[in-house]
Amino acid sequence: MANNNTVLIKVKRQKDPKSAPYWEEFDIPYRSGMNVISALMDVALNPVTRTGQPTTAIAYDSNCLEEVCGSCAMLINGRTRMACSALVDDLEKPISIEPFTKFPVIRDLQVDRSVLFENLKRVKAWVPVDGTYDLGSGPRLSPVEQEQAYPLSRCISCCCCMEACPQFNEQTGFVGAATISQVRLFNTHPTGKALKTERLRALMGDGGIHECGYAQNCVEVCPKEIPLTQSIAEVGGQVMLQAFRDLLRK
Amino acid sequence: MAINPKIIVVGGGLAGLAAVIKVAEMGGQVDLFSIVPVKRSHSVCAQGGINAAKNLKGEGDSTWQHFDDTVYGGDFLANQPPVKGMCDAAPGIIDLLDRMGVPFNRTAEGLLDFRRFGGTLFNRTAFAGATTGQQLLYALDEQVRRYESEGKVKKYEHWEFLSAVVDGNQVCRGICAMDLRTMEVRTFPADAVIIATGGIGMIFGKSTNSVVCTGSAQSALYQQGAYYANGEFIQVHPTAIPGEDKLRLMSESARGEGGRIWVPKQAGDKRDPRSIPANERWYFLEEWYPKYGNLVPRDVATRAIFKVVYEYNLGVDGQPMVYLDLTHIDRKVLDRKLEGILEIYEKFVGDDPRDVPMKIFPGMHYTMGGLWVDFNQQTNIKGLFAAGECEYQYHGANRLGANSLVSCIYGGFQAGPNAVKYARSQQTSTDGVSSTVFDAERKRQEEANDMLISNQGNENPFQLWRELGAVMTKNCTVIRYNKGLEEADAKLVELLQRFRSVNLSDKSMWANTSFVFTRQLYNMLQLSRVVAQGAALRNESRGAHYKPDFPERDDQNFLKTTKAYFAPDADEPRFEFEPVDVSLIPPRPRRYDVAK
Ligand SMILES: Cc1cc2nc3c(=O)[nH]c(=O)nc-3n(C[C@H](O)[C@H](O)[C@H](O)COP(=O)(O)OP(=O)(O)OC[C@H]3O[C@@H](n4cnc5c(N)ncnc54)[C@H](O)[C@@H]3O)c2cc1C
Ligand code: SF4
Ligand code: SF4
Ligand code: FES
Repeated sequence: MANNNTVLIKVKRQKDPKSAPYWEEFDIPYRSGMNVISALMDVALNPVTRTGQPTTAIAYDSNCLEEVCGSCAMLINGRTRMACSALVDDLEKPISIEPFTKFPVIRDLQVDRSVLFENLKRVKAWVPVDGTYDLGSGPRLSPVEQEQAYPLSRCISCCCCMEACPQFNEQTGFVGAATISQVRLFNTHPTGKALKTERLRALMGDGGIHECGYAQNCVEVCPKEIPLTQSIAEVGGQVMLQAFRDLLRK
Repeated sequence: MAINPKIIVVGGGLAGLAAVIKVAEMGGQVDLFSIVPVKRSHSVCAQGGINAAKNLKGEGDSTWQHFDDTVYGGDFLANQPPVKGMCDAAPGIIDLLDRMGVPFNRTAEGLLDFRRFGGTLFNRTAFAGATTGQQLLYALDEQVRRYESEGKVKKYEHWEFLSAVVDGNQVCRGICAMDLRTMEVRTFPADAVIIATGGIGMIFGKSTNSVVCTGSAQSALYQQGAYYANGEFIQVHPTAIPGEDKLRLMSESARGEGGRIWVPKQAGDKRDPRSIPANERWYFLEEWYPKYGNLVPRDVATRAIFKVVYEYNLGVDGQPMVYLDLTHIDRKVLDRKLEGILEIYEKFVGDDPRDVPMKIFPGMHYTMGGLWVDFNQQTNIKGLFAAGECEYQYHGANRLGANSLVSCIYGGFQAGPNAVKYARSQQTSTDGVSSTVFDAERKRQEEANDMLISNQGNENPFQLWRELGAVMTKNCTVIRYNKGLEEADAKLVELLQRFRSVNLSDKSMWANTSFVFTRQLYNMLQLSRVVAQGAALRNESRGAHYKPDFPERDDQNFLKTTKAYFAPDADEPRFEFEPVDVSLIPPRPRRYDVAK
């Protein structure tokens, strides 16, 4: 580190999906309370590497900056993190910043995570309402039911759980914990239930829920502390039951 | 006439998604454009809740009361009929969201729970934990995903709207947009276009808004001939947590539980706040307002903090910050009553507010102004509609808490069907429009891109943006003086001048984020002039707009909507004023020191 007033960050960069990655280092002026996003903003303001080489601003995704939009997921010191809630004071220095490894890199720290949105389509993660015209109030729910649904509904689609999962890779085509947890959410809803069978069938076969090895990495990295292993266990049970029923009906 | 018209929706926040759902339901075909995946839109940030007079608490609340509170809170600047429409529709909107699966908090009996928000005496705010906006957005996002899988909606995420395609008769025929990865510029025809691009916080540098809230789309349309209304009305929240990257909200309840606001009496005092003795601290709110102390109304608190920081130069560490101190309160009490909000502070600041005074400062929060629309949500460009925070219609001079989410959804629910009806009523569909109209617009944008990328100069766009944020925050937020507003406009002219020498460090044509930002910056600068000049023209105080030199509301001269339009030759805004429709509730003085 140059002196106490700077922080050294090392960023793994890549110009486009096809080119080779490379590392660049930056001395960032230190301010107390800064997060990793503000360090990246500093590079944009002064795009010069540690050795004085002019370079370009680093490409990264962000929007809310308060850990609720799910944009800014990356590997910080090797760990899946949201860059907006990663405070420099709490991190070991130098800080290494890399893009996720299990999603195609677009540029620098930007990766393509659209697979999660596709998975949500596949499991029909919605409540099939009849229409938007006025049909009166929704189903009654007890506070207990609300308290079960709410934490599941806070998933920000960051994909940290998928990046950290040993089973999530091209060979398995595993859907990942987030999608399974959404199945649990919608299968519990009084109206959402209507599509339960279809959702469970979508989780059978290649890339389905049986790929999960219960390594529990997912639940450890989820920034929203979603009870993912519970969701996997519960949906796993539902899928088994469904498979059994389907077998009998054949 | 198109039975299944093609409708383009730009923006996938609450307003945009609400419009998409209605259009798809009516048989329209939607192209949905958004910079970020729609599920990551700024609407997720809303925490507090959404208003609707469901009257489930036996309080005798009514949609008329909601209407009256909204008009009164907005200091009578909103046209009243659309506001009434929104308040009447709000209970049905909550029911619909409930049916879509939003996990609203419940009462013991399993009904929706409601809480009280500012500017009303009724428990009228439905909420889902501390993340209402996120929950509402997800519910709409899921319905849109359903239509997407049925082929009725095509999403263009990571695409940025650059401009509308407007034909020789001033009719909107589609849009011009840029793929944020390949940087390809393309035009897309449509029978009608709905703009739902949200707020403009980025022109203030740091705000409570999200990164993509630049107002760039609104500004581009204004420069193409759309009116921009009431741009001078900017809402500032008194207690935000200043961050290096943004300002995050700190709920008013911290002061409700006894939090005290102070600064060191000595300018630039570097001591640990805990070691500063009581007689060397200035509890300025308690001194100036002995009766209400730290719980003076929002605007009063905000103005006082500004005064201490900018006129007395007593901000903590010379920075625009004051202390909000809870350390004198028992930890157990704090944990019981404020845990949720204290966690936000801990997470993003890294300090425990039970031990260390919080540093807070008012933060730019919301724009009441926006694209001018008629009662059908249509702008003055035919076939171009707008909904959500990007338009001006529902909040007058000041927005009440929890009224934005409902206005976004209601606005989208109006804009969608109106766009379809408009498209179906057209004699010629867009298919009949000459391709030269589209080619010309694409060329115009490509040329702008080429110029920017090859520009040689020495100005860094991020530096220009910092200066923009500083001058706008200082002069165009809480306390406004005509001198300061003129200075701000002069500075904006200077920044626009310097923009011509902007030099991009990155000249590549693949996912070039600084290039994209620089394009937006130009539009931010142009729109900022609308805010600054509009404020200069309005010599009165009304709602969020406060001028010490003109401290009273002046209905005689200013019960009027400000309408800015762009004068291309002069390269600056011009202004018109339009009477406000006050046909339902006659204006009366607005004061919160007594019950209304
Ligand atoms: C911290 C915070 C808390 C809040 N809490 C509340 C609350 O409790 N209750 C309440 O009622 N209101 C609240 N508000 C206000 C409310 O959240 C917003 O006004 C509202 O969400 C705006 O929604 P929108 O649909 O208009 O726009 P947004 O949600 O901002 O969406 C804009 C969309 O437009 C897209 N977009 C923008 N520009 C372009 C472009 N050029 N090309 C393509 N796409 C573009 C974006 O990608 C995004 O999808 C809060 C605001 C903040 C900042
Ligand atoms: S439990 Fe393990 S294998 Fe299963 S989803 Fe989580 S991380 Fe992956
Ligand atoms: S479950 Fe958690 S880690 Fe996975 S996508 Fe959702 S919020 Fe992210
Ligand atoms: S920027 Fe939204 S989660 Fe980090």
